Amino acid sequence: MKANIKAISYYLPEAILSNDLINQEFPEWDIEKISSKTGINSRHISADDEFSSDMAVKVAEKLFVEHNIDKSTIDFLLFCTQSPDYFLPTTACIIQERLGLNTSIGALDFNLGCSGFVYGLSLAKGLIAGGMAKNVLLITSETYSKFIHPKDKSNKTIFGDAAAATLISSEAGFCSIGNFVFGTDGKGAENLIVKQGGMRFPVLSDNEDISDEFGNVRNDKNLFMNGTEIFNFTGEFVPRLTEAILEKSNLTKDNIDLFIFHQANKYMLNHLRKKIKIPEEKFFLAMQHCGNTVSSTIPIALYEAQKQGRLENCYNLILAGFGVGYSWAACNIIIE
Amino acid sequence: MEINIFLQNFADILDDTDAILIKQETVFRDLEEWDSLTALSLIAMADEEYSVKLTGDDIKSSTSLNDIFEIIKNKA
Repeated sequence: MKANIKAISYYLPEAILSNDLINQEFPEWDIEKISSKTGINSRHISADDEFSSDMAVKVAEKLFVEHNIDKSTIDFLLFCTQSPDYFLPTTACIIQERLGLNTSIGALDFNLGCSGFVYGLSLAKGLIAGGMAKNVLLITSETYSKFIHPKDKSNKTIFGDAAAATLISSEAGFCSIGNFVFGTDGKGAENLIVKQGGMRFPVLSDNEDISDEFGNVRNDKNLFMNGTEIFNFTGEFVPRLTEAILEKSNLTKDNIDLFIFHQANKYMLNHLRKKIKIPEEKFFLAMQHCGNTVSSTIPIALYEAQKQGRLENCYNLILAGFGVGYSWAACNIIIE
Repeated sequence: MEINIFLQNFADILDDTDAILIKQETVFRDLEEWDSLTALSLIAMADEEYSVKLTGDDIKSSTSLNDIFEIIKNKA
């Protein structure tokens, strides 16, 4: 049975962290120049009392209204986050109750970052193809801002909070979901990590702030990203990932009308684009208004591409997510 | 691999620094423009121009542009 993406909506929290605000905090920094390279002008930041479940509920309700979806048709909920409300219970269970979804649905959380949306599509397709579900609600929701040290200007500049809701259905949608390729390499675990707060390393009360060679301040309960290592990881693996999904789908680069990669930052994406030799007009960027929103970047970009008319006359698309883990995945989607 | 071409390539990734300041003995970390994004640009340049994977540790262990040049040369 075919699985189709039927509808997408996304939600950005109200508070905006603009370039001006970053410049006020870090006057020594030429944020306009940084911005021209990262391609990010503003980021949305979740309120102090707004968590991934809250954003998930808001974005799902938005999806139901925007696309006129009867929520009683949903029979499975997949929730992707790395900032869950609790260790337990599962955040997806809380979301089921708050959305008023049927108690007969299946619901689970999965913990992935930048690759999460593509993995979510693969799980949804599997559930539908296996006859276990007909309408899967996939929600990605992330509040990395709560992990970032207030004086970590690099990460503050890159990451924004957001949630996206995607309905995957056995009924026709705006595109069908094709093939998948996956990848995992835990060797990179230490390069993108929030070390404290889990069972192995509880949060310490006397954490000492450390400053890196570029003046970014953080401690072990904060988000740490080794930018140079992540850059090298993507440079090595994303070209191979692109080749692998093309081969698996019996397609060539010329067959692809639009590539939508995880929107990490413009600088890195352009480096990858040139390396893979994708023409600029076939490479979609949508991070200027919201930054790197982790697992929501691809659905946000898909939504924006559709809204901006970029999917007209498009037939074959490639989606690729890659990052924390390391974890990566790509799929092709077909607009019919 | 020529040092002069490497220095030119390095000068090209900078926006606000006079190319005259870019010499073999330049301590790149002291350049006002040096930041985490410049470090990524240097890695991208090594990859694009020399097909060399320069690591964060390579940069950390280097002081002058000549040190970087030597690392790239050895890896090329």
